Amino acid sequence: MRGALLLTLAAVAYAQPDQKAGGSEIHVLPVQGNIYMVVGDGGNITLQVGKEGVLLVDTGLAQMSDQLLAAIRKVTDKPIRYIINTHVHADHTGGNEKIAKAGITITGGNVAGNISDAGEGAAVLAHQTVLNRMSAAPTANQPAVPFGALPTDTYITDEKSMFFNGEGIQIIHQPAAHTDGDSIVFFRRSDVVSAGDIFVPSSYPIIDLQRGGSIQGIINGLNRLIEMTIPAEKQEGGTYVIPGHGRLCDQADVVEYRDMATIIRDRIQDMIKKGMTLEQVKAAKPTRDFDPEYGATTGFWTTDMFVEAVYRSLSQKK
Amino acid sequence: MSLSRVIHTIAGLLILLVSAPAFAQLDPSGEWAPRFHEDQPERIPGPEIGDYLGLPINDAARMRGDIWDASLLTLPEHQCKPHPADYGPRGPANLRIWKEVDRDSQQLIAYHTHISWQAPERTIWMNGRPHPPEYAAHTWQGFSTGKWEGDVLTVYTTHLKIGWIRRNGIPRSDKATLTEHWVRHDDLLTLVSIVTDPAYLTEPFIRTTDWVLDPRQVIAPYPCEPVTEVVRAPGVVPHHLPGTNTFLGEFPAKYKIPSAAARGGAETMYPEYQQTLAKAAK
Repeated sequence: MRGALLLTLAAVAYAQPDQKAGGSEIHVLPVQGNIYMVVGDGGNITLQVGKEGVLLVDTGLAQMSDQLLAAIRKVTDKPIRYIINTHVHADHTGGNEKIAKAGITITGGNVAGNISDAGEGAAVLAHQTVLNRMSAAPTANQPAVPFGALPTDTYITDEKSMFFNGEGIQIIHQPAAHTDGDSIVFFRRSDVVSAGDIFVPSSYPIIDLQRGGSIQGIINGLNRLIEMTIPAEKQEGGTYVIPGHGRLCDQADVVEYRDMATIIRDRIQDMIKKGMTLEQVKAAKPTRDFDPEYGATTGFWTTDMFVEAVYRSLSQKK
Repeated sequence: MSLSRVIHTIAGLLILLVSAPAFAQLDPSGEWAPRFHEDQPERIPGPEIGDYLGLPINDAARMRGDIWDASLLTLPEHQCKPHPADYGPRGPANLRIWKEVDRDSQQLIAYHTHISWQAPERTIWMNGRPHPPEYAAHTWQGFSTGKWEGDVLTVYTTHLKIGWIRRNGIPRSDKATLTEHWVRHDDLLTLVSIVTDPAYLTEPFIRTTDWVLDPRQVIAPYPCEPVTEVVRAPGVVPHHLPGTNTFLGEFPAKYKIPSAAARGGAETMYPEYQQTLAKAAK
């Protein structure tokens, strides 16, 4: 059983792209300030547009790249300058190669003089762990990632910041959450946060245990999102949150989701303390009151897989 | 008559036909004071823990009610939530309705509402605009469009945030939709509200709420600023573990109501349920 789960989780990273592959449209939703949310197959993409160019948070599925480029060109003719990857999975990094290739990096001085191709392609930023995983030797579940899709700039600290298109941008590492390489991206002037798959309101939290994810890391990430966001009035609007998948959200939506994740963690933790086995926990249906909102019996991330991931996450020796 | 004069005459008649209000519906605009004769115990003192009477809920909703801890509302991030559009009229709901018209055409664009508790404001679009795509943000008041059906203003609302249908933890999902019929009889206003929720309701949930016209009504502002009411470790979310909520039995015991009835369900909405209870009592 454990082997089956590990195999399934191993496949999560590259199974996600196939869940709705093909034929869907890309939609661009203006959020506020410089920010647009791009919705299509694969993960949500955040687009920051200004006089200095285009910055993307994630690039979606590889097969959607042409549509994504066309969508960007409907919004602006400015060059694509930066891509930030929130994590390693191919439904968020699949378009890296093609989108980066369509962009430019502005260089000067020694760089431009000594490295002839330094200006080719947009810069791709991510946590170091993302580069480590994407550049690892291919396996049965993880094909080789093209060189042109790899991050070109990484960070290993808790946070990296930059200033682009007239606003400060914080790239915040959230340890051991959806994976071990998650970044939350905060556009401070536009007041929009791109959460990646730490926050997926259309399903139960997706925990990639094999790539270092954990339920506590997810909850920590959700609490951090709540700390970062400020509602405008009556728990609504203000800071908007673009989730990894699903609709545009604000703090109140994150609060609902955090409450659910915390309550289910507490239940399963209590069952583990009572000595219940995984099968007994599953039989007790610890999510049944939240299933109509977040549950699934089919697809790449079922309720059963979520319960098992939480159980194993909480059972791991510290 | 010259051709140009004929054309001008026809054009003039068409303008008259388009711009003149053929039938003026009974405008609900005004200041409205709530009446609480319906469901008073639930609406004013508030529902008791474990009172699910008359709610067409499923087992999942029932469990959400069972594990709900009112201390949740002491968390700063929960303190300033307004009631959503489907619950707002049930609370201390002094209501203001006003209309927005296009200055040039005098066509009705929207009705707006303001309710006293937490001051939620809502727009009911009357100009035929489409509802947003699913990936757009959901709000407490949702996205509402209205149309006149005779003298009844029928409103359809989507894009609601996750909310509640009773203030004791019984949830309403963000998949729910709301259909309303606003009916004005002179100085009385009645709202028929129908919540359909594929996640937590087994049947549509229908409620009525009434107001009386009160032109002297003044609605006070309702600012809200969250504070730390209870010092807790970070990340704590108050709730009861399943099977540990000792308060659930108090409501049926206090009112001598059969426990099965207190658990709610669609059957408890209908008069025939009394026969079921009578048989069970034998």
